[in-house]
Amino acid sequence: MTTSLLGAPVARSEDPRLLRGEGRFVDDLGHDAFEVAVVRSPHAHARIVDIDLGDALEVDGLISVYTFDDLPERLREPLPLLIPHPSLTAGRTQHVLADGEVNHVGEAVALVVAEDRYAAEDAAERIMVDYDPLPAVVGPERALQADQAVHDDIADNVAAHLEQEIGDARAAIADAAHRLSFRLDIERSASTPMETRGTYARWDADDQRLRLYSSTQAPTSVRAAVAAYLGLDLAQVECIAPDIGGGFGVKIMHPWPEEILVPWVARELGHDVKFTEDRREHFVSANHERAQVHQVEVGFDDEGRVLGLDVEFVHDHGAYIPYGLIVPIITSTQLIGPYKLENYRVTFDSVYTNTTPVTPYRGAGRPQGCFVMERTIDRIAAHLGRDRTEVRAANFLQPEELPYDFGLVFQDGRAYRYDSGDFPGSLSKLKELIDWDGFAARKAAAAAEGRLLGIGLAAYVEGTGVGPYEGGHVLVEPNGSVQVSTGLSSQGQGHQTAFAQIAAEELGVDLADVKVVTGDTRRFPYAVGTFASRAAVMSGNAIHLAARKVREKALRIASEALEVDAEDLELADGKVRVKGSPDTSIDLNVVATMSNPLRYAFDEAARIATQFTQPGDPNAPPVAEGEAPGLEATDYYSPIHSTFANGMHAVEVEVDPDTSDVRIGRYAVVHDCGTLVNPRIVEGQIFGGVAQGVGGALYERMAYDEHGQLQNASFMDFLMPYATEVPRVDVDHLETPSPLNPLGIKGAGEAGVIPGAAAIAAAIEDATGVVIDAMPISPSQLHARRLDAASTT
Amino acid sequence: MKPPAFAYHAPRTTDEALATLGELGDDAKVLAGGQSLVPLLNMRLAAPAALVDLAHLDGLDAIEVSDDRVRVEARVTHERLRRHPAATDAVPLLREALDWVAHPVIRNRGTALGSIVHADPAAELPAVLSLLGGQVELATSGGTRTAAADDYLLGPLESDTRPGELATALVLPRPGVRTGAAFDELSRRHGDYALAGVAVTVTLDADLAVATARAAFIGVGATPVRVDLTDSLSGQAHDALAPADAVGLARDVIEPTDDIHATADYRRHLAGVLLERALTTAAGRAAAGGTA
Repeated sequence: MTTSLLGAPVARSEDPRLLRGEGRFVDDLGHDAFEVAVVRSPHAHARIVDIDLGDALEVDGLISVYTFDDLPERLREPLPLLIPHPSLTAGRTQHVLADGEVNHVGEAVALVVAEDRYAAEDAAERIMVDYDPLPAVVGPERALQADQAVHDDIADNVAAHLEQEIGDARAAIADAAHRLSFRLDIERSASTPMETRGTYARWDADDQRLRLYSSTQAPTSVRAAVAAYLGLDLAQVECIAPDIGGGFGVKIMHPWPEEILVPWVARELGHDVKFTEDRREHFVSANHERAQVHQVEVGFDDEGRVLGLDVEFVHDHGAYIPYGLIVPIITSTQLIGPYKLENYRVTFDSVYTNTTPVTPYRGAGRPQGCFVMERTIDRIAAHLGRDRTEVRAANFLQPEELPYDFGLVFQDGRAYRYDSGDFPGSLSKLKELIDWDGFAARKAAAAAEGRLLGIGLAAYVEGTGVGPYEGGHVLVEPNGSVQVSTGLSSQGQGHQTAFAQIAAEELGVDLADVKVVTGDTRRFPYAVGTFASRAAVMSGNAIHLAARKVREKALRIASEALEVDAEDLELADGKVRVKGSPDTSIDLNVVATMSNPLRYAFDEAARIATQFTQPGDPNAPPVAEGEAPGLEATDYYSPIHSTFANGMHAVEVEVDPDTSDVRIGRYAVVHDCGTLVNPRIVEGQIFGGVAQGVGGALYERMAYDEHGQLQNASFMDFLMPYATEVPRVDVDHLETPSPLNPLGIKGAGEAGVIPGAAAIAAAIEDATGVVIDAMPISPSQLHARRLDAASTT
Repeated sequence: MKPPAFAYHAPRTTDEALATLGELGDDAKVLAGGQSLVPLLNMRLAAPAALVDLAHLDGLDAIEVSDDRVRVEARVTHERLRRHPAATDAVPLLREALDWVAHPVIRNRGTALGSIVHADPAAELPAVLSLLGGQVELATSGGTRTAAADDYLLGPLESDTRPGELATALVLPRPGVRTGAAFDELSRRHGDYALAGVAVTVTLDADLAVATARAAFIGVGATPVRVDLTDSLSGQAHDALAPADAVGLARDVIEPTDDIHATADYRRHLAGVLLERALTTAAGRAAAGGTA
């Protein structure tokens, strides 16, 4: 190949199909399946006194109804606590159907199966559940008051308390020339993918096999969980994640109650069964994230260097804690960002509330951590009257200090060690991209017209590509097609394109000849999942390694066939050819045919591999020792620890002086995810992330009232930004390849969302002079804060 | 989010529609654009026994512009009206209000009259109807009647459409000479229902001073809140308005409430800001040439 496919901005091969409406999502499957509706709790906290099916059984098309009492023994156990942790001493998870008590609005109470969803909803509406309501615990501070327990046996509502420290933060703060302390809040939001949750099960009674389609980010683990709950061998269960309309983290949670109930019911009834969550359900029964309250104490010197930082925060994990402490641990560590912190103490309490459970949403604790650190740096700059970029520069880890080990434990239980980066280089690119130095003049000119302009910036470091491993399988078929598979699933990231680029680059084949399958346990049964910006790092490198093995095998076979030393051969243009003499070559598909010694010439091409045509030593086995038939290979990538991407955002806002409405102007992103596989895909990830960051800064909040009722469980009142609210984004890349993996890749999936709230808060503060210490912020809230500020000065 | 079962009627003529509605009485809901009704059905917040769909009706789709009024029949969509130059030239406020209505995909299906029948207090068109003193024409199989805006818009999501009745047209009078209008609002996202909004008309006298001024606010009361500002503004030069009294009056009259998107205090403040801006715009337009 003359030009490298790695780093090329090739168009996403999945897009024509998806844009033409030819996607194949879970709800596109199983037209004849029975459908389910779930009776969900209308109360945040209540005991179930009685469930009366009433006239539900009269509904035309009703098949069956199940409550907790109808479940077999195994399904009565609580769902798994997926990620245990030594500090998680009071972990509780929900049941597939409530066992006498509900702990959040939306919790599953009964399952209705009917011929279609209309009938299922008709019947669900008729089921009378008699609840004895209990007081609800809403909000992290209420939880810590401990005047009401979410779970009777956890009186203080605390599931875990964790402390990490490097150096001696409190002593360093006490000794510092300057000290500040303040509180910072981030409200609850959620992933809200376009496609809601969905599961479709086919039980084949003849084969005694279950096929499960689920809209999941973790099909191999769903398969394992379902096999365990249903008492099946893994060999009897296959799980497929077909096209998925977005996940953004919420679909890494598994198994959902419906993921267990639907296949169980399918086997019970001997009929296909499907669950398609509707939007109203999704708001209350699919998990949320973000809500944390942070208390910060910082000590610093005259240059703004942070000498000691002490952060105590409360993490509201909702009614249950199935995903362990991942989100608050990420906040605890990733809060540090690109700065050299030698005295840092962080503690958190993870508390129960009577709200929808919390599991990672894109960014997963990082937007909160970034908000805390970047707001802290801005406070320091304001206190000292210094430029905010100068104070950041004074605190940066320098490129020559990397790799840098902080002495903390990251979310994977491994060292928190930055592998590469150039933070000063990123900042100078960012300042140029947004014209930071020219802003004062722009602000003054606007002020002369009575307009309020502000600028803000925020930096982050993102641990990506966490282990334990992913695998890749690469197979060259005798027809020349290259089949690539990996176990993790795709939710729209462009994996088909990026993974094809990686395989095609190694094998010297046309991109169009590479076919990528993800998230299908029939094709690749070993995988961890798609989360933590890890797919390109983990599966990308695994596929690279597998393709390298295939390449080596092809060279061995061709070397024998051409009687040329393998070192003198190269793979290009779909051939194995002699370097410098490209006319001497053998097509890769012929090599594939030759790799599989045959008895039967089932087609013309196969003749060359049959036993009377194959040359070779008649005294040696046709398949040599250590070899296997077929031009294929499997390999795995398993890193020692995560790789750390980084970036910085800067944003200009204009605040309407009369209405306090915030309009975003320029938005600049400098991004370093190591070696770029496909810049177009990376930019798409950044744009989408920025859109969600804008949502978290100005629009999206889960508005619970004090009774635990979610007041905005619809897209009419949960304000996901439209295209009209998302700014144009200017992107510049910096590539500091990761030394941890062969391709030098770092993850890019979540980055775009991380600094949004921090940067926009800083810009609003700059425009208005009002301290912004809680996000998101609405015009109504900003107006009130400006009034308060005006009345106190 | 699947509706409970309902009977579906798709009349071909207005007479057939009226006959069907007459037979069904209270049990029927009229379906036009469906942009509000269908979500209500899917969320089971409304469960009519029958829908009478106007989609297949032959008629009720005219926009009539005459010397003194614009008349818009029941099946005319927001977008069609918005792109009807004769209608929007005759009542320029209509065009400006329609620009604020939702998004193109919703405007392409939702009907102008349907929005008035639905009577959301944050919707734009009921305010236009109220401010301009428009009327709604209603029919039954037995006859027709005309309802003035104030009599028709009863409360939030409540209009005076009686069992068996079909709202067939909305009628807006054309503004007089030296009259300008403006519509301004603030919503959280582009196309959302407004946190607060206001439509105003200002009529100037021969000396280009304010003769009359009126406003109708949305999102700050149970129905569009109409406020006569003439006493506060009359005699003021069109290019030197001192709207403080008018703003104060309006802020006293409106009745905003708290919700998750904004406090009542903010809405009250916002309504005043928007009023001041809209009055300035409208007075300028009135001076610039009559009806613009």
